[in-house]
Amino acid sequence: MSSHYEAPIRKPLVTGDKSYHDVTLDVAAAVEGKANKLWWIVFGISLSAFSWGVGCMIYTISTGIGTWGLNKTVGWAWDITNFVWWVGIGHAGTLISAVLLLFRQKWRMAINRSAEAMTIFSVIQAGLFPIIHMGRPWLAYWTLPIPNQFGSLWVNFNSPLLWDVFAISTYLSVSLVFWWTGLLPDFAMIRDRATRPFQKKIYSLLSFGWSGRAKDWQRFEEVSLVLAGLATPLVLSVHTIVSFDFATSVIPGWHTTIFPPYFVAGAVFSGFAMVNTLLIIMRKVSNLEDYITIQHIELMNIVIMITGSIVGVAYITELFIAWYSGVEYEQYAFLNRATGPYWWAYWSMMTCNVFSPQFMWFKKLRTSIMFSFIISIVVNIGMWFERFVIIVTSLHRDYLPSSWTMFSPTFIDIGIFIGTLGFFFVLFLLYARTFPVIAQAEVKSILKSSGENYKKLREKNE
Amino acid sequence: MATKKTYWKSIDQLDQGNPMVTKLEQNEFPKKLPQDFKKDDSKIEDSSSSRRDFLKYIGFTTAAATVAACEGPVIKSVPYVIQPEQIRPGVANFYATSIADGFDFASLLIKTREGRPIKIENNPESPTLGSANARVHASVLSMYDSLRLKGPKLNQSDINWDSFILQFKQKLSLLHDKDKPVVLLTQTFASPTTQSLIDKLTNKYSNIRHVVYDTISESFALDAYENIFGVRGLADYDFSKADTIISIDADILGDWQGGGYDSGYANGRIPKKQNGKSKMSYHMQFESNMTLSGANADKRVPVTPNEMKNILAFIYGKLSNQEVNSKLESKIQKVALSAVKKIKNSGSKAVLVSGIQDTDAQEVVLAINSLIQSEAFDFKLPKLIRQGNSIEVNKLKEDITKGNISGLITVGVNPVNTLFEGAKLAEAIKKLDFSAAFSLKMDETASVSQFVGAIPHYLESWGDYEFKKDQFSLAQPTIRPLFDTRQFQSVLIEILNIEEDYYSFIKKYWTDNILSGNSFSKTLHDGYYSKSGSSLVSGKIIPQDFSSKANSLSVDLEKGMSLILYPKIGMGDGQQANNPWLQEFPDPITRVSWDNYLTISKFDADLIGLKNVSVANGALNGSYANISVGKTKLITPVLIQPGQAKGTVGLAFGYGKKLGLKQEMQTGINAYMLYQNQNKIQQVSISPAEGFHEFACVQLHNTLMGRGDIVKETTLEIFNTKNKEYWNPVPKVSKNHIETMVTSPEVDMWQGFDRSIGHHFNLSIDLNSCTGCGACVIACHAENNVPVVGKEEVRRSRDMHWLRIDRYYSSEESFESDNETIENISGIGESLSTFGEMENASENPQLVFQPVMCQHCNHAPCETVCPVAATSHGRQGQNHMAYNRCIGTRYCANNCPYKVRRFNWFLYNENDEFDYHMNDDLGRMVLNPDVVVRSRGVMEKCSFCIQMTQKTILDAKLEGRQVKESEWSCACSDACSSGAMVFGDINDKESEVSKLREDERMYHLLESVGTKPNVMYQTKVRNIDKT
Repeated sequence: MSSHYEAPIRKPLVTGDKSYHDVTLDVAAAVEGKANKLWWIVFGISLSAFSWGVGCMIYTISTGIGTWGLNKTVGWAWDITNFVWWVGIGHAGTLISAVLLLFRQKWRMAINRSAEAMTIFSVIQAGLFPIIHMGRPWLAYWTLPIPNQFGSLWVNFNSPLLWDVFAISTYLSVSLVFWWTGLLPDFAMIRDRATRPFQKKIYSLLSFGWSGRAKDWQRFEEVSLVLAGLATPLVLSVHTIVSFDFATSVIPGWHTTIFPPYFVAGAVFSGFAMVNTLLIIMRKVSNLEDYITIQHIELMNIVIMITGSIVGVAYITELFIAWYSGVEYEQYAFLNRATGPYWWAYWSMMTCNVFSPQFMWFKKLRTSIMFSFIISIVVNIGMWFERFVIIVTSLHRDYLPSSWTMFSPTFIDIGIFIGTLGFFFVLFLLYARTFPVIAQAEVKSILKSSGENYKKLREKNE
Repeated sequence: MATKKTYWKSIDQLDQGNPMVTKLEQNEFPKKLPQDFKKDDSKIEDSSSSRRDFLKYIGFTTAAATVAACEGPVIKSVPYVIQPEQIRPGVANFYATSIADGFDFASLLIKTREGRPIKIENNPESPTLGSANARVHASVLSMYDSLRLKGPKLNQSDINWDSFILQFKQKLSLLHDKDKPVVLLTQTFASPTTQSLIDKLTNKYSNIRHVVYDTISESFALDAYENIFGVRGLADYDFSKADTIISIDADILGDWQGGGYDSGYANGRIPKKQNGKSKMSYHMQFESNMTLSGANADKRVPVTPNEMKNILAFIYGKLSNQEVNSKLESKIQKVALSAVKKIKNSGSKAVLVSGIQDTDAQEVVLAINSLIQSEAFDFKLPKLIRQGNSIEVNKLKEDITKGNISGLITVGVNPVNTLFEGAKLAEAIKKLDFSAAFSLKMDETASVSQFVGAIPHYLESWGDYEFKKDQFSLAQPTIRPLFDTRQFQSVLIEILNIEEDYYSFIKKYWTDNILSGNSFSKTLHDGYYSKSGSSLVSGKIIPQDFSSKANSLSVDLEKGMSLILYPKIGMGDGQQANNPWLQEFPDPITRVSWDNYLTISKFDADLIGLKNVSVANGALNGSYANISVGKTKLITPVLIQPGQAKGTVGLAFGYGKKLGLKQEMQTGINAYMLYQNQNKIQQVSISPAEGFHEFACVQLHNTLMGRGDIVKETTLEIFNTKNKEYWNPVPKVSKNHIETMVTSPEVDMWQGFDRSIGHHFNLSIDLNSCTGCGACVIACHAENNVPVVGKEEVRRSRDMHWLRIDRYYSSEESFESDNETIENISGIGESLSTFGEMENASENPQLVFQPVMCQHCNHAPCETVCPVAATSHGRQGQNHMAYNRCIGTRYCANNCPYKVRRFNWFLYNENDEFDYHMNDDLGRMVLNPDVVVRSRGVMEKCSFCIQMTQKTILDAKLEGRQVKESEWSCACSDACSSGAMVFGDINDKESEVSKLREDERMYHLLESVGTKPNVMYQTKVRNIDKT
């Protein structure tokens, strides 16, 4: 037992009287059992939203971007708002699995699997937008530096959009590999338990022949550490580069050096909120309350509170710098954000992102499941508005007043956004039924040190 | 490659005499390969086809099959059997001709490609009316109008010309024999030969009476001139000679008395150095509607029509030292007095013009200009481009409705649509014994006439004109008639049994009467001919009692509202209402396209309860109003117009047509229904009506928000007394706490390259001489195949104009006080309220026009952000756009500080959703073959007309010479008759544009952003003295 010693002051990370086998059973239950009615209902709704979105995308691609609400002044609106929003959400997974791994935060073990799944699914949503927002999406491959027969044509390495292509694809591939590596022992566990040959076959394939030898475990640990080291800078780089889309431009409200840290903080903020949204439901539905405990939620809430405050400071800094710069265009851009025709978007953003997380200072509130759930949704609404505010309110009134106009979405704009929400949940619901949603192998490694019953046993012994 | 090396193949080769080796060397394949294992090989061996033949066959069949498989779309075109000598594919031909459609008169050059006219150019050598306005530039598209009459008709059914003329003649003779009166109602032709033909006709058929009808009448001015000088004409003005221009309701930059004054006006507006001091003309405008002239004036005074009469009387009284009682308010009287002072100070360098609808007033104007001996005033050689007589037209209308006449022939006019109570007239025409209409379209008049003669467009016609006394011009066809059309003159020739065609007739007439020995061919080549010596007017004024006439102008001021009808810059009298370019052309003042509307002051709108609101996507909506003039009642949309005089409303002619127009073009309301007695001023009563009208306005924000560095301006006094740093400073940025100019390389992060080699194009735009006329907008449209997107899309802020003319109103009295207001904001609370207030224009604002197109930045923000490098910089300074490379991310448009990039939201060509001109073969004939028609999903923008500069370079290269400075041009600078736009090469240090680049007035738009544009602006100087 001495090797599993953990200070008694630390709260247990696994509650209830769990043995290794109990963990196995709890995690495998969702995969091995049958879906209930509720799952089918939610899945049905998500699937129809997704198909609606696909319909809207097909209409856009066949008819033209004119089906959206954009105009000569506002060239991006919901498309890039959604893109940045989804990329932002995709931030939490890597942060939890990579950064917290390096910092040896063991509480991540219960949530990293789902957080990473969320990352991958939301990056897929995000990746859709840069492609469908193009006037000629069938030529999207021109953004890749591939040798071609067009003469000396090459991509423009000066363009932040190109950096995006690299940043997002790198992020997606590293996250995917990292996720899958972690999944291998867990897939193997399901494989070993599978009774039906088909299931066994599939999980054999997915587990890449994991045998559980000591060498496997050693490599597993090494690869995880290396990938964590690789992924950590990506946490910072992806959203930094996304923010360059705006920061390197000349448009007042976009041309802001504070954007990289501000965007990263915002991304972590929204990502953690989304993790909270998903896990609060999942722990209930899949009976995982013993693994995803109140303490997990509380810790997440603290991260939300901190990043929310960082974002708040960034907003205020922006305003201050606009005034301090003495540039009338900058000053007007921010004045217009807060008091112009889109004031409601700005103040929605302020309320949701800056004021609402401050409730988390109260322990009672941050340990309340219901309250956490509500705030997690509010934060993501706020973060969507943040991107909308940055993109639309900066563009709609920029330098020359003659070009000032407004933006209002069409049902296609809205349909595509709803479609990606549907797609995301379709993927996540399928994941919840077929993947080990908790990194059980890792959880087992801390069971004896941080499991509630073992902690109690230790207390009794001593 | 041959090699001398020999390789050992086997040990047996050592033995020289081995027969086996020799045999093998000679016969590589000892045994024939079996070719078909089942059949007899001998047959194949007998065949003469070798293996190589087989490969040939298979190669050919593969190639043939491939070629046959890819069948391209088949477009049948018939090549020339005999290639015309002048038409070379790819090389444009230019022809001089003239437009004279009864409203627009101008001497032009027509660019044709492969035999089809594609663009209208100014004829700058022509001494009068050598420049085309926006409508004339667009007229080339009206020729390719698919709804034109395609052949003559009799009683609504097709007929051939021979029987048309036969029956026409019979009918005429019948009426002549019975001595039934017939009226020939025509537009103003201003054509000597047409006049002679009509004279011949009326001689032969004594029952025919000729009445000239101008759709928009200048009858009062014509009457006045006739009363004083004895000839029906219009005095001409040269505003470049005037130091002081006082205009009382004369839209001298619009269509007042036929228009064409903008180049002279603009000339006088550029401050020119004289004895170390710069001088420019002073322009004061009294008017009710906001017009281009008022917008350009140094002082604009909004007044009602009757106030204007009083002002004229007052000014006449003061100038002639006669007692004229005036009923003016003291405030306006003071302004009028300042006008008098200005006139007196300038002496003969002053000029006063007026558009007051009153013969007495027009006479007084002529008297004033004679009195001050204005140098700008030319009464000896009158303009002849308006001849209509409202009294006669009214009488004719009465005659027709009362049945006093039996026959009516209309030529080039559409009285059913354009006369007051046209519907009644239509009924009366139907009842006539004989009615004929010669028209381009099956319009309202043609559709009620028995004979409908399809006439050709002016670009398909011969013609000769005398726009001004002794200033002649010729018109020649630039394409064979597209349809089975005949000119009215040709029909006359046949009726009169003259044995020649109209061309020969013109030639003969000119040789006999006009040319006095000069070459007809040369005149045809030049397009114009000036005669000298003969004067219609003796110079003596037929004595009149002007003071009593002036006294008669001192009328009581209006009690109710006055309606002032006006022609819009884009639509004129409405002949070209089916022209999508003109429909989409934003009005220079209101920036609204696809509509006409009731313009009203904010004050009156609030009083009546009318408003303008913006909807969620920013688009403009306006209340409807019931308006009634006499017995006529209409429902019109309302647009609140800053600067509209209180107590007045305006409404534009030319809209509301229903016949001969595509569905989309049937916009607006017909203002002619209110044009009682052809008087543009009517008493009107207005009340609010239900609902809102949807406007397609391209500029949704009207004020400059105190951003004085966008449109820099100063006053003549400051310009003359202070140095450049005071009134046109280059913005500075602090680097290491040292204020550095943003143009300095110190604060530049870009790596430059040597621009001194080759050409470097720049465009200079002079805000002083730009009148905002919009000719450049249409010229750019025509040159660059810019698509028309329609009202709904414009409403969604998706207009495609590559060149736009921004119009700003001041929020305070002047832009200068706007800037001061912004400067003086203190605290956040005040800034909130002040910026809110600045969004609204002042009651009588200053205006400024700023043409904006791609600024071709040397440090272009768009270029750095394109992921696929579809937009990149050219060595000659242009910012290129490779449409084929564009994937449509729109990042470039977002990052453009000038917002000049336009995106193809939909497929605009060959798409029936956009039923304008690019979806039918006829309309597509106007497309410029040198410019790509863009597909959906790509960005487009101004290219500095690279196809034109490139042609200039290549021509010079072929001829082995340097390019001359005068050769550089782009569509907008070519179209700019006021000389506001100058295009050229700044590496040519002698060029005008190089000099303008060094001019003190020069500045770049948004210099502080550091984009280093290749378009520059010249600071606007206003001739205002603070006192």
